[in-house]
Amino acid sequence: MVSNNLVELRDLKVAFDGIQVLHGIDLTVRRGEAIGLVGESGCGKSVTWLAALGLLPGKATVAGSVRVDGQEILGTPRSVLESVRGKRIAMIFQDPSSSLNPVLKIGRQITEALVLHRALTGQAAKAEALRLMDMVGIPDTRRRFDLFPHEFSGGQCQRLMIAMALAGEPDLLVADEPTTALDATIQAQILDLLIELRAETGMATIFISHDLGAVSQVCERACVMYAGRIVEQGTIEALFDNPRHPYTRGLFDAIPRLDGPRERLIPIPGTVPHPRDLPEGCAFSPRCSHAAIDCRSRRPDLSPMDDGRLLSCFHPVSHSTDLATVAANRVAEAVS
Amino acid sequence: MISHSANAPLIEAKDLVRTYEVRQGMFGKATPVRAVDGINLSVMPGETLGVVGESGSGKSTLGRMLLGIDPSQEGETFFEGKPMPKLGTPEWRALRAKMQLVYQDPLAALDRRLTIAEQIGEPLAIHKLVPKEHRGTRVAELMVAVGLRPDQADRYPHELSGGQRQRVVIARALASRPKLLVCDEPVSALDVSIQAQVVNMLRDLQEKNGIAMVFISHDLKVVRNMADRVAVMYLGRIVEEASSDVIFAAPLHPYTKALVSSVPVPGKPLKGRVILQGEPPNPANRPSGCAFHPRCPLATDICRASVPPLRQVADGRTAACHLVAGVDQPVAA
Repeated sequence: MVSNNLVELRDLKVAFDGIQVLHGIDLTVRRGEAIGLVGESGCGKSVTWLAALGLLPGKATVAGSVRVDGQEILGTPRSVLESVRGKRIAMIFQDPSSSLNPVLKIGRQITEALVLHRALTGQAAKAEALRLMDMVGIPDTRRRFDLFPHEFSGGQCQRLMIAMALAGEPDLLVADEPTTALDATIQAQILDLLIELRAETGMATIFISHDLGAVSQVCERACVMYAGRIVEQGTIEALFDNPRHPYTRGLFDAIPRLDGPRERLIPIPGTVPHPRDLPEGCAFSPRCSHAAIDCRSRRPDLSPMDDGRLLSCFHPVSHSTDLATVAANRVAEAVS
Repeated sequence: MISHSANAPLIEAKDLVRTYEVRQGMFGKATPVRAVDGINLSVMPGETLGVVGESGSGKSTLGRMLLGIDPSQEGETFFEGKPMPKLGTPEWRALRAKMQLVYQDPLAALDRRLTIAEQIGEPLAIHKLVPKEHRGTRVAELMVAVGLRPDQADRYPHELSGGQRQRVVIARALASRPKLLVCDEPVSALDVSIQAQVVNMLRDLQEKNGIAMVFISHDLKVVRNMADRVAVMYLGRIVEEASSDVIFAAPLHPYTKALVSSVPVPGKPLKGRVILQGEPPNPANRPSGCAFHPRCPLATDICRASVPPLRQVADGRTAACHLVAGVDQPVAA
């Protein structure tokens, strides 16, 4: 029986040198869906997927469960991992030029993935590599097959990385800040490409980004992470129209707008805590305008709400009307 | 835009050109690359001019040229009406107290072996602005102004967060009470919540001290929030300039339109937006005519043949496009 759940993360925990950085992530990726992971640097968005795919360095201790089609892959031997990594689940990163091998021709790097994951060789592999390059929008593929990575622009390198990721015909593509290093107009092209490829191939997508705008365009669902935990999870509409966690709300308020009146920005006061000295109770409480006494002593669980979202907060933002007061409080605190 | 109004501009650049020699490979022929290609601009005291563009547009080179750090081959810069002294001369060093630069990467801009108080106090010593015994007080004052606690004075850069480091860099830039601050991607490396803190702080400091600012960034949303006026650069030239209220609401140049359209707005679908085809061109291989024509959805024969001059298209608005109707003569004389 093929279940609808492609990948299931259960209570995934990561510690570096004894310092806990990921505090139990539960996430289910269904076939073909696109999930965004948002949050600021150090919140654990990338670590979650590096841990799941066994890509963290040896000093990391990973616990919990990662199931792909029901099969546990965490702690399994390399051979099992290799049958998943690159084949079932592919990953692309922020800086494409450092992910490509600078001394190998681009054609050879793409064919390598085809040999490994699909046992294609010779002319068949080359033909498929050319098809993939064409699919991700590289013009004049025959001539460019024998070029080196430095002969491509940043945007094209990211397209080539995506072509390599597609080589194994993965069920899930994990894209870790794939557009952050690119120029605005190229960013739009790559987002467009990711949306198109998903529509064509039906693969699921995990889109890791700090850019809420980009996430809303690529994904149906999103998880907001803070200090190694998911604090809110729901559909894009639910999160964007009516964020309930004060951190989610704060992220939206902090983004300057391109339309409407030019107003003072509303920052979130303070900074993200170091994993070594996380505050008692809710990790966001020292920066939260809604925090009460209980937030500083007890940690709220991630629990389902009436509207289907998951939320981890004792005193959520109720609805948009009390925004003005929250904003006013924040401004007062933030000027510090 | 060159205005000769009653109020004199603080800094004015005329036909600035900067050419680099670029070699293809170790023994290749050197080809000249015009990174900045005939830029005219002026900034009034207390005003903020935003400069936006993609990588390779020459915006950072322009910022350095305005301060005289990168010499121009052609054209001239005037600071408070006087020509900019040559790089490295005593006159130029003295002038540097009045104009400061803030970079994107605070860790690279700070000396990791000096405490932050020593670094903030350094300009005071170099320009002999404050006698030694009063320096501590002034440094504490500056730290408070940028939102640092005076008890952090003895910390080293690595002990601070990214946002705090950028505050140190800004405090140091403000130490000599400059009239002009050139900020090159000052908040691009910061997380959104911290970015908002630093943007608000810069705006407050500017209002309080009447500092003029050239704010260079690829982030349109931040520029809109900071700048009074915005210049859009493409391949070393300004292609459109207008007040930041109108330029993002109603862009005229096809490139500005594409830039504005490329900003992902939550809830607004990607479909229906202008997605430019092709890559930003290589400055070493400038297209004929309008440099934007190979990517422009509207390009016609005239765009391939001749370079459109930057013309006034409305009051306080200029654009360099054959397809945008001008109101009178080219402004760049």
